[in-house]
Amino acid sequence: MKSSCRGSSLEPLLFTLPCIVMLGVFVYLPLIQNFYFSLYSFSAFSPNKLFIGLENYRLLVDDPVVRTALINNVRYAVISVLIQVCFGLVLAAILEDKSFKRVGPFFRTVFFMPVLMSISVVCLLFGFIYHPIDGLLNQFLEIVGLPFLQRPWLGSARTAIWATIAVSQWHSTGYIMMLFLVSIQKIPEELYEACELDGAHKITRFRVVTLPHVKEIFFVASVITVTGSFMVFSEPYILTRGGGPGTSSITMAVYLYQSGFFRDMMGYASTLAIVIFVISVVLAVFQAMVFRTGKE
Amino acid sequence: MRTAILPVLLSHRRVRNPLSAAQVVLFLCLCIGFVMIAYPMFWIIMSSLKTSREITTEIWSLPTTPLWRNYVIAWRSGISQYFLNSMIVTISTILGVIVVASLAGYGLSRYRMLWTNLVLIPIMGGMMLNPQVCLIPLYRILTNLGIRNTLLALIVPYIAFRLPMHTLIIRSFFLAIPREIEESALMDGCTGFQIYGHIFVPMSRPILVTSAILTSYYAWNEFMFALIFIDSNRYRTIPAGLMNFRDALQVDYGPLLAGMVISALPIMIFFISVQKYFVRGLLAGSVKG
Repeated sequence: MKSSCRGSSLEPLLFTLPCIVMLGVFVYLPLIQNFYFSLYSFSAFSPNKLFIGLENYRLLVDDPVVRTALINNVRYAVISVLIQVCFGLVLAAILEDKSFKRVGPFFRTVFFMPVLMSISVVCLLFGFIYHPIDGLLNQFLEIVGLPFLQRPWLGSARTAIWATIAVSQWHSTGYIMMLFLVSIQKIPEELYEACELDGAHKITRFRVVTLPHVKEIFFVASVITVTGSFMVFSEPYILTRGGGPGTSSITMAVYLYQSGFFRDMMGYASTLAIVIFVISVVLAVFQAMVFRTGKE
Repeated sequence: MRTAILPVLLSHRRVRNPLSAAQVVLFLCLCIGFVMIAYPMFWIIMSSLKTSREITTEIWSLPTTPLWRNYVIAWRSGISQYFLNSMIVTISTILGVIVVASLAGYGLSRYRMLWTNLVLIPIMGGMMLNPQVCLIPLYRILTNLGIRNTLLALIVPYIAFRLPMHTLIIRSFFLAIPREIEESALMDGCTGFQIYGHIFVPMSRPILVTSAILTSYYAWNEFMFALIFIDSNRYRTIPAGLMNFRDALQVDYGPLLAGMVISALPIMIFFISVQKYFVRGLLAGSVKG
């Protein structure tokens, strides 16, 4: 009966065909074209391409902006793991603690709210906060008697990247916190009670019960944040108008955009895309390895 | 070390869980965090009702008289168009993702053959793929198709890049539906498409809602494609449109802030009201990706 109804082998193909076509044309075809484009020099609006072999890759190795961008991406990753993942976990553990039972849900919702704001709204908001004269931050420093800390946060090459990274922390910490919250809620209450009977300190309880249970989500969250850190585009694009002052706060994605659409070096932009691709593949492989070992 | 008064005040019946000094400190830290998160959001709303001069000179004070005109100016000078475009793009992306991903999810969960497993590989790989990697070729593909600088230039790539995650989420839900249900339908002479439409889709409404909400979050907020694939102001969605808006208004901060509120507040209220689905989706998406 079953086999006769399922005789047509065309049917399953029809179900998956739209998905395969969409992925093929708009995800995988561009991915492959990138490798090919990276061997050429061409402009966005002309059909002619000049084959230059590995010249783009040679340019890339000597390009100081690539180094700056990569360093900034790494800075993004390190700070984001420290604040979003480590601090996010601590925050989630505090909010799920019994003594904060009554206020926990309130704080949880508020801390999650920035995640729901679009990044462009967040960046425009921080434009007001970081404003050198009328900005909330500098005005606040004035009020609390720390005027020597005032500076043009986004206008100085030394602080621009850190100020930009700070915005991302403000925006995304609530997201990672929420991931941890949900996994902490899944830990059986009895484990904590048993620990409490033993008279264990809260910090011991966190170490012995909470940490082992959120280990998996900790790795997931780290990978999400690190991957995200190598994709950062909107924050430097909006806040420092494309990675300024100079190129001090540029990231790989912003540099890719500028090379392709401002300097009209589409071939070189494709080469930068390959670098981003290689980094994300390495991260994905790393994630897969971590998961395999975690499952044993 | 323990503060004696607080626990008495806070626990009514007996001192079960006396508040330690550490807890008081932690509570204060949470309150500082609350101010750091909530005050800027409050500040946008408050300042959106002030004159541009008040915004720059009296940054902390409440508006003397609420200036609702800022909202009218913002709405009339472009935000309404961006809002409409964002709605069209978001709704189309949701429909596209739900239909295509659930069809694929059905095909990949109910027919187990060698090729269905082979198809899973590019789908899983697509989850890892960073959209920026495809930017330059995609720009050319959309140009060649003649849809660059139309709303389709956003809808189509949005659907394509959301498909891997949602196909996998929906597929794993479909895998959990018992085979018996499907088999009895087959006995009754249902075709695969009927089983999909009459049984699987209605049964998986919660996961489809989760997918829809997650997709709306993405489509409403996506910035890079929206900036690059659309040139004319007419087709901009809110995230990229706000940049134009900022440049057009120069120092007219009041309407700019009002525009920010219009683009953020309704969608935030929506997401907070469906928080449960949203968080479930974030978790489903993250664990698999």
